[in-house]
Amino acid sequence: MATIENLPSPSAERPIGFGRLKRKEDARFIRGQGTYLDDIRLPGMVHGAILRSPYAHARVVSIDTSRALAHPNVAAVVTAKDLETLGLAWMPTISYDTQAVLAGDKVRFQGQEVAFVIATDEYSANDALQLIDVEYEPLPAIVNARKALDPDAPLIRDDKAGQHDNLASPTWEAGDEEATNRAFAEADTVVSRDIIYPRCHPAPLETCGIIADFNPQTGQLNIWNGNQAPHAHRTVYAHVAGLAEHMIRIRCSDIGGGFGNKVPVYPGYVCAIAGSIVAGVPVKWIENRTENLVSTGFARDYVMRAEMCSKDGKITGLRVDVIADHGAFDSTAQPTKFPAGFFHIVCGSYDLQASHVKVKAVYTNKAPGGVAYRCSFRITEAVYLVERMVDALALKMKADPIDLRMRSFIAPGQFPYETTTGWTYDSGNYAETMKVAMDIAGYDDLRREQREKRERGELMGIGVAFFTEGVGAGPRKHMDILGLAMNDGADLRVHPSGKAVVSISAQTQGQGHETTFAQIVAEELGIPPEDIEVRQGDTDKSPYGLGTYGSRSTPVSGAAVAVVSRKVRDKARLIAATMLETRPEDLAWEKGRWYVKGDPEKGAMIEDIAVRAYGGEPMPEGMEGGLDAQVIYDPPNLTYPYGAYIAVVDVDPDTAQVTVRRFIAVDDCGVRINPMIVDGQIHGGLAEGIGIALMELLSFDAEGNCLNSSFMDYLIPTALECPDFELGETVTPCPHHPLGAKGVGESPNVGSPPAIVNAVIDALYETHGVDHIDMPCTPARVWAAMQGRPEPPQ
Amino acid sequence: MTINVSMTVNGAQVSHDIEPRMLLVHFVRETLELTGTHWGCDTSNCGACVVRIDGQPVKSCTILAAMCDGHEVATVESLEVEGQLDPIQMGFHERHALQCGFCTPGMLMTTRALLDENPDPTDHEIRVAISGAICRCTGYKNIVSAVRWAAEHEAATANREG
Ligand code: FES
Ligand code: FES
Repeated sequence: MATIENLPSPSAERPIGFGRLKRKEDARFIRGQGTYLDDIRLPGMVHGAILRSPYAHARVVSIDTSRALAHPNVAAVVTAKDLETLGLAWMPTISYDTQAVLAGDKVRFQGQEVAFVIATDEYSANDALQLIDVEYEPLPAIVNARKALDPDAPLIRDDKAGQHDNLASPTWEAGDEEATNRAFAEADTVVSRDIIYPRCHPAPLETCGIIADFNPQTGQLNIWNGNQAPHAHRTVYAHVAGLAEHMIRIRCSDIGGGFGNKVPVYPGYVCAIAGSIVAGVPVKWIENRTENLVSTGFARDYVMRAEMCSKDGKITGLRVDVIADHGAFDSTAQPTKFPAGFFHIVCGSYDLQASHVKVKAVYTNKAPGGVAYRCSFRITEAVYLVERMVDALALKMKADPIDLRMRSFIAPGQFPYETTTGWTYDSGNYAETMKVAMDIAGYDDLRREQREKRERGELMGIGVAFFTEGVGAGPRKHMDILGLAMNDGADLRVHPSGKAVVSISAQTQGQGHETTFAQIVAEELGIPPEDIEVRQGDTDKSPYGLGTYGSRSTPVSGAAVAVVSRKVRDKARLIAATMLETRPEDLAWEKGRWYVKGDPEKGAMIEDIAVRAYGGEPMPEGMEGGLDAQVIYDPPNLTYPYGAYIAVVDVDPDTAQVTVRRFIAVDDCGVRINPMIVDGQIHGGLAEGIGIALMELLSFDAEGNCLNSSFMDYLIPTALECPDFELGETVTPCPHHPLGAKGVGESPNVGSPPAIVNAVIDALYETHGVDHIDMPCTPARVWAAMQGRPEPPQ
Repeated sequence: MTINVSMTVNGAQVSHDIEPRMLLVHFVRETLELTGTHWGCDTSNCGACVVRIDGQPVKSCTILAAMCDGHEVATVESLEVEGQLDPIQMGFHERHALQCGFCTPGMLMTTRALLDENPDPTDHEIRVAISGAICRCTGYKNIVSAVRWAAEHEAATANREG
């Protein structure tokens, strides 16, 4: 029998359980041996390319593919007509709308898919695109959401029976209108703002793509596709193609970033599947960067009007009216019962008297999407709005923005706290987190420095944002996507060797699941993390679940892994009791070992229990052999991570260039499983937030031409735009998560844009009277604001 | 139409008949099946494709394979020698300078070239050196730290040996 001395000795470098464990997945990536989608080649594989619409809105008069078909390397050209015969011309979206796979009647946005060419190689497939002749009859386009409902606006979705305008949703409301009216009537200060959260794009470094391989002999469809929700995709394909789910296998391999962009099913996927069914060979389709930016899931595009009020120095009421631009097809990502996602978390971190929120969505001649970009279902838009409004209110009240927040925070004693729009926040100590951020920043010194600089004509701004997110969707009593419960599975097998395999339904796109999930099992069972393999991303080898987005991996999948580990531990206890000839209740647990209470020398290590579980000796009465378990975890509530962010910016008075000089981020994401990975997630999200606040924009001219269709004009921050981030933490464990964790991936992207924009305004208000600016704060737009001519982004 | 190109890739002589328009990134990935080199854009902006040509870091999506005829090309696959990782690879692992790993090969080749040129770069010099490359995941902070780790590791090794 093993004794306590045999326990592997953990260290900070090599923790058994939580801690700064270096990542297991690095070994292949630093050698260039990752297997991303485009690295996979199958025998006989052919290549697809998509012909896209040059117009934002046009009738398709005719499509002539004969010249393309005459190309010696072209195997097939697929158009809407061909898909119609397969019943695949339209596909469902995740918002119960339909989307054209290939345009037959009309094109509805620039970049829409019109024809799919299959050729022996990528170069030939792209050559053949030039040989397809399409005749279009251009129609007037709608690109501005505010004009989509004008009486003379052209009807975009004439394909939908009963659709007579460009409304994409009914008006959805939350909160209490009357109580809000009362709060405003009683208020002593009221501010209002028109705030746009412009269209931007997750733009993972690896674009989207697929390899589809249909075997006509067996009827098996094999798919390789970097996506964030393989099980949900398989269910969608099964419905669309009329196949049994077990006849479809999706493998994700390594994914070069996702950030929400790899949640939806795209027309190119359906084309490649249809192509493989028709051609009988594997079809690879990988989009180029322009295709990624102009046609796949964009983010945000919320046109908002808000009013906020205060009484006796405290925020009391909020009123919001939103037009959401969903593009030509409504494929925004949201749980079924939340037509505007979780936008009603817009009450922020404040103890309001009342709030009222209205959202309606419209169709425009822009790409569909409305997926998250490192954001849980519109929380980013909500946090941006409320944090901008708090600053607007502070300006009018001549109050320090931190003081106003401090006075208005939900107090620690008020948790669990039900917001005026119906969320139940589980825990928090907001003031404490705010103070930590102020300390790291040296807030008072910064204000002093700012005053001194102002006297010298230098423009420096300090911006604050405090956010609360609701992540880890979600409880099946409240939410589903397309009728699928937002739960996640975990399957844990401890083998006779004492080494383990845990299969999860989450899917990493760089978050380090292979390391973090092994650490959870290690923490719970005491098996060293290097002896635990984490399997994911293969629908044949992992339990059902909804995948990774909305910061849900740790809150849902992580909980599933903790619970399944505890199930195994409970079984191990019963086996240990038999081994030690004692009763289970006389045993106590320490990491890796059950031992007899009062006689700690006498115990059984988990690996010895595993040997027994699979060995020839008797098991406890009535118990099956083996040491494994499976769970599906249904979270009882969302988790509510929060954080206090402070941005320090300098604005060049001559060029209006904004530089983020310092960025302080203090996150409370509950218990941190691997603090190194958590910090990395925060760094990455902050860089994206800097991008959104200063550079990233998908804009369109009046005809609907996308003006940011490559990395030449869709600007992503480089190392020179990012400061040396300064992080801090507080830890308020989530009361209902088995590990006390809350999720963190999206927090930095949610919290940083308002901090930066607030800082820009803080730099310019006293000297230039700028009290509002919309993102992105490019030099041209900041300059216009400094001259008193602010321009909304288009 | 094809033409013959011959070059040294990771120390080995290769020779292939290819389309004259073939980009080096495709030659490396498709013809030579060295898939460690990635591509992420169509406009020479992302740096995922960086390899070294005669020692210089070059975006392999921006040069034709035919232009490399007679030259020496090194890809990420060349960094590990006889099971020994290059210090820059170790630095990236030590300092958590990669997440999805897609930018990593380009970042490794770019920063290896930097250290060969400037063994003791400042943080700002590192940021300038990688400013032609995009990482969507890490926010760059840990990449800067990884390059410093490698620089310090190499200096310490040189001291011990010197
Ligand atoms: S692929 Fe983007 S720079 Fe070469
Ligand atoms: S690690 Fe994902 S792009 Fe750099």
